[in-house]
Amino acid sequence: MTSRFRVVIATVLTIVLLGGATVYGIVAFSGYQSKQDAPSEVDTTMAAAAAVDGASRIVFRNTASGAGYGLESSVPLADPGGTRAVGTVACDRVYSTAKFSMCLRIDRGALTTFSATLYDSRWQAKKAWALPGIPSRTRISADSKLVAFTSFVTGESYGNVGFATATQISTTDGPDYGNLEAFALMIDGQRNTAADRNFWGVTFSTDDNVFYATAATGGHTWLVKGNLAARTLTTVTQAAECPSISPDGTRIAYKKNVSTSATGYWSIAVLDLATGVEKVLPEKRSVDDQVDWLDDSTVLYGMPRTDSPGDSDIWSIASNESAAGTRFIQHAWSPSVVRE
Amino acid sequence: MYISLNERGDGEQPSKGNAQVKRRVSSVVITLGVVSMLTDVSSESVAAILPLYITSAMGLSTIAYGFIDGLYQGVSAVVRIGGGWASDRVDQPKWIAFFGYGISALTKVWLLFAGGFAIIIAVVTVDRLGKGVRTGPRDALITASSDPSNLGRSFGVHRMLDTIGAAVGPLLAFVILYFVPTGYTTVFVASLAFAIVGVLLLGLLVPDRRPRSERAAANSEPRRPFRWRNLNDSRLRRLMLAAGVLGLLTVGDGFIYLVLQARGSFAAQLFPLLYVGTNVAFFVFAVPLGRLADRFGRVRVFVIGHGALLAAYALTALPVGGATITILCMALLGFFYAATDGVLAALAAQFSPPDNTASGIAATQTVVAVTRLIASTSFGVLWFAVGRVDAMLIVAAVLALALPAAVVILRPLDTAAKTT
Repeated sequence: MTSRFRVVIATVLTIVLLGGATVYGIVAFSGYQSKQDAPSEVDTTMAAAAAVDGASRIVFRNTASGAGYGLESSVPLADPGGTRAVGTVACDRVYSTAKFSMCLRIDRGALTTFSATLYDSRWQAKKAWALPGIPSRTRISADSKLVAFTSFVTGESYGNVGFATATQISTTDGPDYGNLEAFALMIDGQRNTAADRNFWGVTFSTDDNVFYATAATGGHTWLVKGNLAARTLTTVTQAAECPSISPDGTRIAYKKNVSTSATGYWSIAVLDLATGVEKVLPEKRSVDDQVDWLDDSTVLYGMPRTDSPGDSDIWSIASNESAAGTRFIQHAWSPSVVRE
Repeated sequence: MYISLNERGDGEQPSKGNAQVKRRVSSVVITLGVVSMLTDVSSESVAAILPLYITSAMGLSTIAYGFIDGLYQGVSAVVRIGGGWASDRVDQPKWIAFFGYGISALTKVWLLFAGGFAIIIAVVTVDRLGKGVRTGPRDALITASSDPSNLGRSFGVHRMLDTIGAAVGPLLAFVILYFVPTGYTTVFVASLAFAIVGVLLLGLLVPDRRPRSERAAANSEPRRPFRWRNLNDSRLRRLMLAAGVLGLLTVGDGFIYLVLQARGSFAAQLFPLLYVGTNVAFFVFAVPLGRLADRFGRVRVFVIGHGALLAAYALTALPVGGATITILCMALLGFFYAATDGVLAALAAQFSPPDNTASGIAATQTVVAVTRLIASTSFGVLWFAVGRVDAMLIVAAVLALALPAAVVILRPLDTAAKTT
């Protein structure tokens, strides 16, 4: 081959390959557009027309393809398989109480940023925070006075500093309690100041001064009990992540890493706070979620659909029996139970 | 950009005394720079969105992601030496580099069908292995295609193009996700296209140099066999020793940014911008510092670069924050990379035996990679023990002591650097 011939071949192939990728991108873009404009694959109605307020309901992120994908939605607590009322606010993680909703979001763009927004019951923004990374967990206390949210601090592409999370607690109408890293961590009675301390997955108890969360350092995780006034975190038990306290306040459900490798494999476990007895629930798949309690004997959790990226279902499992989990709401993620 | 493609092969010994030819960077170097740029667009676009892909599309925590980083850094070091050795051994740097680029391109095909956390980790790891294999032979090709007197500039041009790719990749990925929020596959397809174009340009446009055979032919003597002990040159040993000592005191950029962030110098969500800023500074300084290295002395520029790193450490330890400090730190870090990355390759090439360029460069770069890994791990421990600011002050103080030591170690090389 002459050098000129090689240059011609290289030029042609470059145009073909980059042009092909561009065409693929354009097709993907129009496919995405038409998918967004297509009717939802599930029965939906506009939230504004549905008059869902005032009735007990389950709020979640709608992951059914078609119109309304990614928007906060709800179904009546009495009829979880029924028509879902699709709202207008896009959330990657959502949690609602009767008064407020917390919405964690990926704000896409050339510089992709992340945010947390507190909405009132009519979905008017009340307060907002910038997040240092990808949204993970959020909770509001049952009396709607406190909010907590966790995000990953990934440092993104340009080189990873390592796994890190940032978790913040704030009041809904007043001051911030700030990052949990500023709280005093007591592991088995000893103050721990390790640089690799990480905290995530807050759950609020009925006492506004007391919350539970996950603490991690040196490759171990703990369930910690937090005291807001004293700004302390005290370990309760080991190997427990993303706690969720039952409505009656007697038990805590969490994900428990049962894997021996680095990638993690989580089962759901329920700890009885009075007796200290832990029960691992018979869900065989790995559950990577902060569960929520449907009632005092059932927990809800999200499970990604492996055949369809970005889609998931909400499952339910009894907390005190040995029955396997069942699909509870299809094409949904990030459930919270709003009790009116 | 001026790419004189029809002057392929002008990397053969430029005619002496012709200033015009001497001053121009070989088109082979520019082609290799474009290949690196395309490959970096490919790798960095995927790396940028992997955390999002794992959490948003797959619904998983990113918990084990950081752990992998250290793992493949270590494996990459071993593979890098292997790549340099193979290149010198078979005397075909182009095709060993092609193999390394090819492996990385193939991982992008794999990514299109990957469906689990473990597979994604495997893809990222193999991608890094490809990077390890190709670095030594590619830098040997740059050396073989350049006039020894402007080697610093050649590496500067190559690293400048490489840095453009590292900055454009994430930008491209996030722009795609902006238009198609579920478009992870589109990012993977684009990444694959860039990777294949890079490999094709290398295969089609870069001449197949045989440095050992060419040298043997030019000197009309038999081709000398490859020997590891050829690397046992006292000047190369000094270079590795100094680079290793300084590498032990080079903590990752991430730590410097974290200290700045802890001071409240910038909002946490702007974290990724710091890497962009550092890359921009690297890009701006790469060619000027490469030229300066050729004229003023490569050893001197290499040491001055570490002086800039020391200044960045000192700035983070100052009890003041603010945008000015942050921007200065990014500029100093970019200066540091521009004064050390390509310049080190040029130095290693200069002091490697002519028939062992790829191994010499690969071995030197491995020393730096391994010592920097040790530095970051140890700094994590120090950070934990004494706190972030004191840890920074300690490393800065030791680096301030190590710099004169490096000057002493490298002094014999400095006189040798005056190639005229």
